[in-house]
Amino acid sequence: MKFGVIVFPGTWSDGDCYHVVDSVLGHEAKYVWHKDRDLSELDAVILPGGFSYGDYLRTGAVARFSPVMDEVERFAARGGLVLGICNGFQILCEAGLLPGALMRNEHLQFRCQWVDLRVETSDTRFTSGCNQGQVLRVPISHGEGNYYADDETLASLNANGQVVFRYCTPEGDVTPEANPNGSLENVAGIVNAQGNVLGMMPHPERCCEPSLGGTDGRAIFESMLRTLA
Amino acid sequence: MPVSKEVLDEIALTEEEYRLIEERLDREPNPVELGMFGALWSEHCGYKHSKLLLRQLPSQSPRLLVTPGAENAGVVDIGDGLAVVMKVESHNHPSAVEPFQGAATGVGGIVRDILAMGARPIALLNSLRFGPLDDARNRYLFGGVIGGISWYGNCIGIPDVGGEVCFSTSYSGNPLVNAMCVGLVGRDSLVKAQASGEGNLLVLVGADTGRDGIHGASGLASRTFEEEREMRPTVQVGNPFLEKVLVEACLEVAASGSIVGMQDLGAAGLTSTVVEAAARGGAGAVIDISRVPRREEGMTAYEVMLSESQERMLVIVTPEKLDDVVEVFDKWDLESSVIGRVTYDGLVNVYDGDSLEASLPIDILTDPPLYRLEGSPPAYLADTRSFDAMSLPLPADGPRSVLLRLLSSHDIASKRWIYRQYDHQVQTNTIQGPGGDAAVLRVKGTQKGIAVTTDGNGRYAYLDPFVGGAIAVAEACRNLACAGAEAIALTDCLNFGSPERPDGYYQLEECIRGMAAACDAFGVPVISGNVSLYNETMGEAVWPTPVVGGLGLLEDASRQCAPAFKDAGDVVLIIGASEVDAGPGAIGGSSYLQVVHGIVAGQPAIDLELERRVQRLCLRAIQQGLLKSAHDCADGGLAVCLAESCISGGIGFTGDFPVPERWDAALFGEAQSRIVVSLGGEDLARFEALASEEGVPWARLGEVGGESLRVATLLDAPVEELRTAWEGGLEAALG
Repeated sequence: MKFGVIVFPGTWSDGDCYHVVDSVLGHEAKYVWHKDRDLSELDAVILPGGFSYGDYLRTGAVARFSPVMDEVERFAARGGLVLGICNGFQILCEAGLLPGALMRNEHLQFRCQWVDLRVETSDTRFTSGCNQGQVLRVPISHGEGNYYADDETLASLNANGQVVFRYCTPEGDVTPEANPNGSLENVAGIVNAQGNVLGMMPHPERCCEPSLGGTDGRAIFESMLRTLA
Repeated sequence: MPVSKEVLDEIALTEEEYRLIEERLDREPNPVELGMFGALWSEHCGYKHSKLLLRQLPSQSPRLLVTPGAENAGVVDIGDGLAVVMKVESHNHPSAVEPFQGAATGVGGIVRDILAMGARPIALLNSLRFGPLDDARNRYLFGGVIGGISWYGNCIGIPDVGGEVCFSTSYSGNPLVNAMCVGLVGRDSLVKAQASGEGNLLVLVGADTGRDGIHGASGLASRTFEEEREMRPTVQVGNPFLEKVLVEACLEVAASGSIVGMQDLGAAGLTSTVVEAAARGGAGAVIDISRVPRREEGMTAYEVMLSESQERMLVIVTPEKLDDVVEVFDKWDLESSVIGRVTYDGLVNVYDGDSLEASLPIDILTDPPLYRLEGSPPAYLADTRSFDAMSLPLPADGPRSVLLRLLSSHDIASKRWIYRQYDHQVQTNTIQGPGGDAAVLRVKGTQKGIAVTTDGNGRYAYLDPFVGGAIAVAEACRNLACAGAEAIALTDCLNFGSPERPDGYYQLEECIRGMAAACDAFGVPVISGNVSLYNETMGEAVWPTPVVGGLGLLEDASRQCAPAFKDAGDVVLIIGASEVDAGPGAIGGSSYLQVVHGIVAGQPAIDLELERRVQRLCLRAIQQGLLKSAHDCADGGLAVCLAESCISGGIGFTGDFPVPERWDAALFGEAQSRIVVSLGGEDLARFEALASEEGVPWARLGEVGGESLRVATLLDAPVEELRTAWEGGLEAALG
């Protein structure tokens, strides 16, 4: 399988995502510069974390106008798999490929720490290798991961099984204490209605090898591979 | 004299120095030239008072790839065709004036030092000192500094993996903000910070040049100051996004092999960059400042030459390769312009269009007078050294209460509140993150790992600058050993008061002598560094604070070790001492003495030969896979060390060692050269053999297990209670 890793100015998880695809999972990875438009050879696209354009103005607000985003939109419309991690999630929201917005963390501080995520549905192309209710331990690293959507949108996300991950306790309980940033209903990751575009604030690419403290992130990449196979 | 004392004061030159400039030039310097002298002859750039002392520090090692001091940062070979570049630098004065931007641009500056060598920055560390947090001004400085580091460091995608934070009234109003950066580079891809080859072009890339930071080096960093508000315009404002793009673009041009050299713009801006690069290349340079992109209109030559605007680099390129280099910068949407070229007349000629604004011989600019002064011991030493620990009453509330107080004291308490605001995982190399003795990073594509740490106890150096300097080096190397890494290089930042007073000079001189003695004993070179003098407010100097950044190498990263106790039944030993009782003298200089009794006194001590052997034993035992945990016995003494291993392991400990009547000295004294380790009982015999081979004393302390930290009948505290105190200590003060 061939993954494209999109690089905007200010992206910094590009190398980490490339490493996981290439060295950990043994698949082909290719960097795609944000001014390029060719996604034709790719099976999946990753929008990695970072501070594209410094996140000045608003997170993702400038990056979403990069030429490559037109192609990402077409790629998604054709049913291609798109995974937006952290800043990638923020860009997907700005681009309208996912509903809602990521606001500044409720406590106004950046947070880099491990969190627990409850898998809300295994019926997606990104979580088919997980069990519903399974708890994944994954790091977050963001200052603006406070998910917000209006009531109607949130209700529809819930009704359609589009909420994929929620922040939870190690036991899997979704509580205010387990919420690291103030996200509505502890939402940590959502998928689009077609089920092929996932945005999540936590960093699965940071936990695919035992020496980094955990391997729960692999389940997401392996689910994608299974879908593509 | 044609210039007034006020003018000289503004650039921190003395009248004698002005006369020396006149004599060497055989004419009067014009105002632009004088400004350039002020910058390059400042303590910050020219090391007037420290250079002769710093020569004592050992700088030899078969691993060294460049001569220390010859480049922006030190470089050591780690095998596999790779080299590590590192340096620590201060941003104390800007942070005292404007803590957020001061600390942020400190990070930016040290990153560009590493970048200039063609290395990818892979880790940041911060060594910070503040006044006590019960004071609102100190809380403001603390919050600003942490916020600035978080803001800048997170945006540029370099993990902030470690460091230290300590508090003392001596730092009130003059916080210490030291930033260290570590980079990785193929040893054949090292870039020199030199301008050579007549006719080669000087390309300035990155931010536009504005009026920010003028006199940063000469004014802020090279003398004391009282009126912070007047100094505010001399602090630069950072743009971390631009820095991130600059890093990627410069690494791309470096990797392309298209460049002759690269130099960052830091203190003293264009002046020091051009002059130092030309000096290293044994060349001269001509620049035209009308080619420098400006942020503001009407800037004078003086302002352009001395601006410390951030996020700028100078790249030296042959005319044939110019287009290739510009193409890369264009790709990253970076503005670049050819501002001059390399010459061979040994002069730096500065034009503004057709007008020659400055013409100075580079050898004079880079040869400031070096001062060797006469130091004398500070008067307070007579008092602090006569302190008698036996006169101290034993605390009535007992060891458990003392332990809890120490665990929640701000020097010792967990720094999680801080480091969870720093991305310490990006680049996915961090296999031991902040909170332990040292951070450990894997080196992708190899079996190797590197360990990094910063250490420096100002209290010890205050009580004895020589011993304090030696302990700073010893503790850095010990922390590396506890992680399973062999210390291979050090970098240092010396934060002191004015060297122009005999007691200040004495502290600097003795501290460097102590550091040199320890480096010699351990065979570790100092490969780079920085001095920050004049750290005083209203005539009061900070504690002399040597900050030592340590780099260690693990041949097998999977053999790293951490402080956390692992399994019930494991045997716990102290190595470096045959018994727990180190005598009442161990109370001297301790955190216990300061926190519980409010006294800073006593005589710290260290036996460097014992220290060397202890570190070697610890390292060998980890390399042979014998140890399950290792933790440096430092601030807070043995009881705090045990508590931290319990807390991080989430498991208790039961001690069965004899405790003398002065239990405070035994549990909380800070005798050096001690490490608490744990191991499976089956490995004890092998460990014992290794210890006798290395000639290191040790003693059994007890066993891992249970849910409490227990020491005979003296101490019994649930680990969760200890955790609450330790984890909540800092947060409680910050609300």
